[in-house]
Amino acid sequence: MRRRIIMLILILACFLAQCTVWGMFPIGNVKPNLLLVLTVAFALMRGRKSGMITGLISGLVMDLYFSRYFGLCGLIYMYIGYFVGGLYKFFFDEDIRMPMLLVAVSDFAYGIIYYLFRLLFKMRFDFGAYLKHIIVPELVYTVAVTLVLYRVFFVINRKLSEREREEEESPWLLK
Amino acid sequence: MNKKTDNTNNRLILIVLTLICAAAIVLTGTDIVSISPIRKAAGYVIVPMQKGINTIGTWLTEKKDYFGRANELNDRIKELEEQVADLQEENLVLSENQQELKRLRELYSLDAGYYEYEKVAATVISKDPGNWYSSFIIDKGSDDGIAVDMNVISQGGLVGLVTDVGSHWAMVRAIIDDANSVSAMTLSRNDTCIVTGDLVLLDDGLVAFSQMNTTNTVTEGERIVTSNISDKYLPGILIGTINEISEDSNHLTRTGTIIPAVNFKSIQEVLVIKTLKKTP
Repeated sequence: MRRRIIMLILILACFLAQCTVWGMFPIGNVKPNLLLVLTVAFALMRGRKSGMITGLISGLVMDLYFSRYFGLCGLIYMYIGYFVGGLYKFFFDEDIRMPMLLVAVSDFAYGIIYYLFRLLFKMRFDFGAYLKHIIVPELVYTVAVTLVLYRVFFVINRKLSEREREEEESPWLLK
Repeated sequence: MNKKTDNTNNRLILIVLTLICAAAIVLTGTDIVSISPIRKAAGYVIVPMQKGINTIGTWLTEKKDYFGRANELNDRIKELEEQVADLQEENLVLSENQQELKRLRELYSLDAGYYEYEKVAATVISKDPGNWYSSFIIDKGSDDGIAVDMNVISQGGLVGLVTDVGSHWAMVRAIIDDANSVSAMTLSRNDTCIVTGDLVLLDDGLVAFSQMNTTNTVTEGERIVTSNISDKYLPGILIGTINEISEDSNHLTRTGTIIPAVNFKSIQEVLVIKTLKKTP
């Protein structure tokens, strides 16, 4: 329960940061994709189910406000969470390179899928330009942010896990 | 054994959620079901937070500026004195422009110009978190008389269109949005064209125009306003000035780029025009 509430707070915080604070200081007209970092981080640390749910909720929060197709971001983020969560068992906690690589791959995939989806509805084919002006800058920025943000998520997750373990190991206490 | 059931479970959840999302995309994408009610409900929770953060952010920026400035006061005084001289000169130019504007308005019967419409002032409280669209949320909504399709202006130029409204917020799609297009015309000869947002030009702060079908000479610096035949935009709102123009390969139409009158990077305060363009 505590974990769920904290996850919701984290999602909201990332969303708000993305559309208010960071919106004021975009670099090269793009903002980092904080919710994607959150999804990848928790999928890696907690596995498929957590990744899936975190991704879905993050995506839907984004959809709720700004997307023209409700559920699109939710769907993409959910799959990212699911696939990244599959790597859960190969993952070594302290290593930052793995999450960075995965964030890069996920952000790229997200960009491509979004581009393809736009093609379906509006005929603009200029892939090179989109790649140069949106997908790649967003990717670089997001990966840079991952360096810091991932450690924060890591600490939060460890604190939560420790607490859960303590509660499990002391069954004689009234819960 | 336990592991296996876990995997199957996850796959099942994934499939079910995928189907639900796909249904949601199709239903909302084709306007069969509107997302507005949910958006409105969520607005009660999220908008106050955005307002709060925005206030804190602005406050912090102001404070930072204040202390930063204290050290540079002397420099600033000199700078300001120079600026006063510049401004006096600029003022002169502006008053000349004012005269010119007045003359042009009379000439082209833009007498019902947008400065006469009833307007509501609003503050931008949040921007699109993604990088694919350019829309933002303002802090006024249906309770302040704002409705969908109202025109939004700022700094004397067109900003965009209200696309969604809650009781205390409204979503505005900017004209620089990649998915947006506006029917426009040149101010001097009413040559119509289509102004579209472009994610690529956005980096240079420009928008594109196309399909200008004319034999008149149109030059750089020509002013572009919204046209009379637009279905949602009120006529005669300034969009910007032509930055570049070239003839298409068919020798009939022309395309080019426009410098918008509004600086979209620093947009904070906007005015919403409460008059709706009525379409028959």
